[in-house]
Amino acid sequence: MSSATRRDWLLSDQPASRRQARLGQAYRTWLAFRSNWLAMVGLGIVVLLILVALLANLIAPHDPLLGGDLRTERFLPPLSEGHLLGTDDLSRDIFSRIVHGSRLTLMVVVLVAVIATPIGLLVGTTAGYFGGWVDTVLMRVTDIFLAFPRLILALAFVAALGPGIENAIIAIAITSWPPYARLARAETLTIRDSDFINAARLQGASSARILWGHVTPLCLSSVIIRVTLDMAGIILTAAGLGFLGLGAQPPQPEWGAMIASGRRFLIDQWWVATMPGIAIFIVSLGFNLLGDGLRDVLDPKARK
Amino acid sequence: MHHSRKLLAATVAAFAFFSAPVVKAETPPDTLIQAWAIDDIISLDPAEIFEFTASEIAGNAYEGLIGYDPMDVTKIYGKIAESWEVAEDGMSISFKIKPGRTFASGNPITAEDVVFSLTRAVKLDKSPAFILTQFGLNAENVDQMVVQTGEDTVQFKMDKPYAPTLVLYCLTATVGFVVDKKLVMEHEANGDFGYEWLKTNYAGSGPFTVREWRANEAVVMERNANYSGDAPPMARVIYRHIPEGATQRLLLEQGDIDIARSLTAEEIDAVRANPDLKIMEGPKGSIYYLGLNQKNENLAKPEVRQAMKYLVDYQAIADTIMKGKVTVHQAFLPKGFLGALEETPFSLDVAKAKELLAAAGLPDGFSVTMDTRNTPEITGIAQAIQQTAAEAGVKIELIPGDGQQTLTKYRARNHDIYIGRWGPDYQDPHTNADTFARNPDNSDDAASKPLAWRNAWDIPDMTKEADAAVLEADATKRAEMYVKIQKEHQETSPFVIMFQEIEVSAMRSNVNGFIVGPSFNDNNYAHVTK
Amino acid sequence: MSDSTIDGGRGSALLRLLWKAAKLLATVALTFLGLLIVTFLIGRVVPVDPVLAVIGDRAPKSVYDRVFVELGLDRPLYEQFWIYLQKVFSGDFGESFLTKRPITEDIARVFPATLELATVAILIGTVLGIPMGVWAAVRQGRLADQVVRVLGLVGYSAPIFWLGLLGLLVFYARLNWVAGPGRIDIAYEYAITPKTGLLLLDSAMQGQWDAFRNVFSHIILPAALLGYFSMAYISRMTRSFMLNELAQEYVTTARVKGVPEWRIIWVHALRNAAVPLVTVVALSYANLLEGSVLTETVFAWPGLGQYITNSLQNADMNAVLGGTLLIGAIFVGLNLLSDLLYTLLDPRVRRQA
Repeated sequence: MSSATRRDWLLSDQPASRRQARLGQAYRTWLAFRSNWLAMVGLGIVVLLILVALLANLIAPHDPLLGGDLRTERFLPPLSEGHLLGTDDLSRDIFSRIVHGSRLTLMVVVLVAVIATPIGLLVGTTAGYFGGWVDTVLMRVTDIFLAFPRLILALAFVAALGPGIENAIIAIAITSWPPYARLARAETLTIRDSDFINAARLQGASSARILWGHVTPLCLSSVIIRVTLDMAGIILTAAGLGFLGLGAQPPQPEWGAMIASGRRFLIDQWWVATMPGIAIFIVSLGFNLLGDGLRDVLDPKARK
Repeated sequence: MHHSRKLLAATVAAFAFFSAPVVKAETPPDTLIQAWAIDDIISLDPAEIFEFTASEIAGNAYEGLIGYDPMDVTKIYGKIAESWEVAEDGMSISFKIKPGRTFASGNPITAEDVVFSLTRAVKLDKSPAFILTQFGLNAENVDQMVVQTGEDTVQFKMDKPYAPTLVLYCLTATVGFVVDKKLVMEHEANGDFGYEWLKTNYAGSGPFTVREWRANEAVVMERNANYSGDAPPMARVIYRHIPEGATQRLLLEQGDIDIARSLTAEEIDAVRANPDLKIMEGPKGSIYYLGLNQKNENLAKPEVRQAMKYLVDYQAIADTIMKGKVTVHQAFLPKGFLGALEETPFSLDVAKAKELLAAAGLPDGFSVTMDTRNTPEITGIAQAIQQTAAEAGVKIELIPGDGQQTLTKYRARNHDIYIGRWGPDYQDPHTNADTFARNPDNSDDAASKPLAWRNAWDIPDMTKEADAAVLEADATKRAEMYVKIQKEHQETSPFVIMFQEIEVSAMRSNVNGFIVGPSFNDNNYAHVTK
Repeated sequence: MSDSTIDGGRGSALLRLLWKAAKLLATVALTFLGLLIVTFLIGRVVPVDPVLAVIGDRAPKSVYDRVFVELGLDRPLYEQFWIYLQKVFSGDFGESFLTKRPITEDIARVFPATLELATVAILIGTVLGIPMGVWAAVRQGRLADQVVRVLGLVGYSAPIFWLGLLGLLVFYARLNWVAGPGRIDIAYEYAITPKTGLLLLDSAMQGQWDAFRNVFSHIILPAALLGYFSMAYISRMTRSFMLNELAQEYVTTARVKGVPEWRIIWVHALRNAAVPLVTVVALSYANLLEGSVLTETVFAWPGLGQYITNSLQNADMNAVLGGTLLIGAIFVGLNLLSDLLYTLLDPRVRRQA
């Protein structure tokens, strides 16, 4: 099948099978997405982040944790020999640290999404599906969590659990599910009384089965868009915790923590704090562009 | 569309008006402004003050019976006391009070105030009270132990004939400062000796009064109009809470502050190069050390303790990360103290450490955790040690935490290695011997928990030696006793003592007369001019 | 909203209103109770010994034990919580371990700093954000739209503490355009008598224009940064609301009638878009008021965010609980306010009244 015919097959007005219809839909979405060059830039950045994280060992020229000679290799400026982005106060190669730090960033994003999305879906769909006091109780709890400022709640959790990247992830996850729950609840309310749900109920499917098998998949796409849009926020929160000394801990090359330790040298050795800041900026911009583009093509309300 | 343009133009105009270069505001000529981290202040009551910042404030706002010359601590002189005399049996000291001096309130300073202040501190029994109670005083007997014996004489009795210098040095500590009885008792509530009031207020006689303490923001001090000595040139001294060294330096360079108190090594270098600024330094008694918990089976091995002492690159740290802020020092008595041992037998020697580890049955090293307070300097030192220890196979995992968190853990003996900083409580060698080389009861529910206890180091013999040194009246003999204890301590203890602190302040070059003393309550700005 | 569509008599309307108010009150009370429980539990789990914050490191055991009992830490958890609740209901929020002052006094001291910063920031964010959003909507898909979008995304993506540091480096240290960290230079600090605690207001009311300029030069950088972040959000929401309005029939009708385009955009469409925008602005304001911990840290701003963070790290739970309650109150209050404004402004609702 040549590319032209494959394209025609995908864009066919009369799909011959469900598979063709679905693939065709996906392809159209992709075409719409591809025409948005900003979104493509975002996608490129995210793909690059994943590649760098996977190949960190091959890319980084130096050990991210062990520094060189304290007396001769501290604070080498960017473009020094062997140190593209210079070295920090403990003679460590900043480029290598940023490359390895990408793993931490990726880990934070993925784990928070993996923890918070199911919690939000579960709470939201359950509340929306059952209604009544279940709804009241769950939504009240959600509101309580929403009434907290996010960073302070995360701070409180980290203070309780002890500083560290794992606890920062848990804390961020705990603070990020409420909006997903609200979203999932709203979506559930719109489909709760639809015919196919009623049909499933009449067939004797259990509530859990209906929730998991029918309701959740329908809420999933909007929640996922929302999560993607939140990813930059998650990265920034993690960096903020790192900056306050409550996230990833030294000597881990977490970008926020790198800025925090580099801020002391900002006036004379500006690169130590600036480079990881640029890294955070680029990556969260990438996620924002990607999320923005995704919303444009996937969310029918935003598509105009 | 033209509406939005107008709006935009108006906005731009407004910004242009305000963002014109700021007129540089110099600090007022009669006001000294210092930037420091003042978040350690928990009280302004001398009976409770124990922290660096509050000690310095008290040192400039209150007076004790006696003081010492910050340049030569062996020279003790009277402040509120005119003279003093040690009884022949060594069991008491009598003080004669200078006549005609007054508190800031205008009330005269009397023997009654002295007795009140000392008994009050013992009865309130706050954190620093042990400095007085270690001489056998307690809430029940203090009214018999500290007594007024004449119109202007006070007698201070003890349960044993302690070395006189020890007693005198203890009375120079903030806990021995004299408070205005009349003023304090006006604010007494529920028999608290005015404690609730005094912890945020002032009742002293020093060159400055404390006008205001805004926690984590500022402390404002004003010239004491009723001061009995020479009036200080500065009408006002203000501490601003600026924890960041970099921010302090910016403010200093801009002339927004006069003195920056917590600069890092890099900033000190930069300040040195700036002709508008100057550096003032003075050795402090604080000591940086590693505490190796003897409850950890690897660290409990004598060879491992020894090996750890060879795995720190003392000189490199002192020359780079901590440049200008510490000197290498490896005994528990800081330089300047009676009997301080200045030998530094240890340096980075990975091969030697490996040998020792092999002898301990750990040829491949071991893994261990280190609780690290998350301040930049402690973290920097910890990471440097982490790097060098790894060369001998000792894998140190840093567990950073806020000061209170790491301390909570340390006090519960739940750490492996703790990286700490210890400052002496008063100028006598006993203060550090008491905590580094004494451990009267190593059980988990011991009544006193000195550093030796916190690291579960059971030392009945060394405890006895330290106790004996306290009662030695002859200073030379006493110094010899401390040198002996330190030598043994250096070889066998689970303390890797690394550095002695140098306090560095950077100031505008027009600031003169700031005195940096060996302890924080000796830091003095009564004679500062600018 | 649904209630207002139901027709009913006068008496039942009053009853409904009361019922609604009661429900609202119960909701608010529940939220507060939940906030308290969560915060209280966190406080007890924090691995920090609160006694240490009171007595410091070197106190002997006897002092330690006494303070332990004084703080009520020897009682069971539920009892501690019950005691705290009783006190709160009688208006006593306790005393801070750290500052040794009543929590209410502390908060009255730190909150104006946050309020002032947040207010200036939201003004900047709104004044710039709304026109930008409108502009982007009118030029949808064209360069202007893209510029506004990218500006917004950049605002979403940059770590604020990093921008703050760079801002200080460039505008304060290098160019000397603005004043440094803190709220006011010491030289002016005693020129103003604090009345409201809002230094801009205080200095203006007392005619201290030099001090006013000094305060302004301190606040402008952090406020501009925070304002930029609000602007990103507000302009984006304005754009989408405006797109919605511009697609409505009444716009087409107005165009046919020959109403000038600027009037259609800035008067008709924007007035309708303003209704949901009020909520957006209120929410951004709430976010700013909750204390921008990071900005306050970078700019040494003695506000609520720093106060809570610092208290938290020292297990000063009375302070944390008090601060959290205030934040909860702000959040709930602004939500209610925006609901109210919504009802007042929404032409559909208004028409019925």
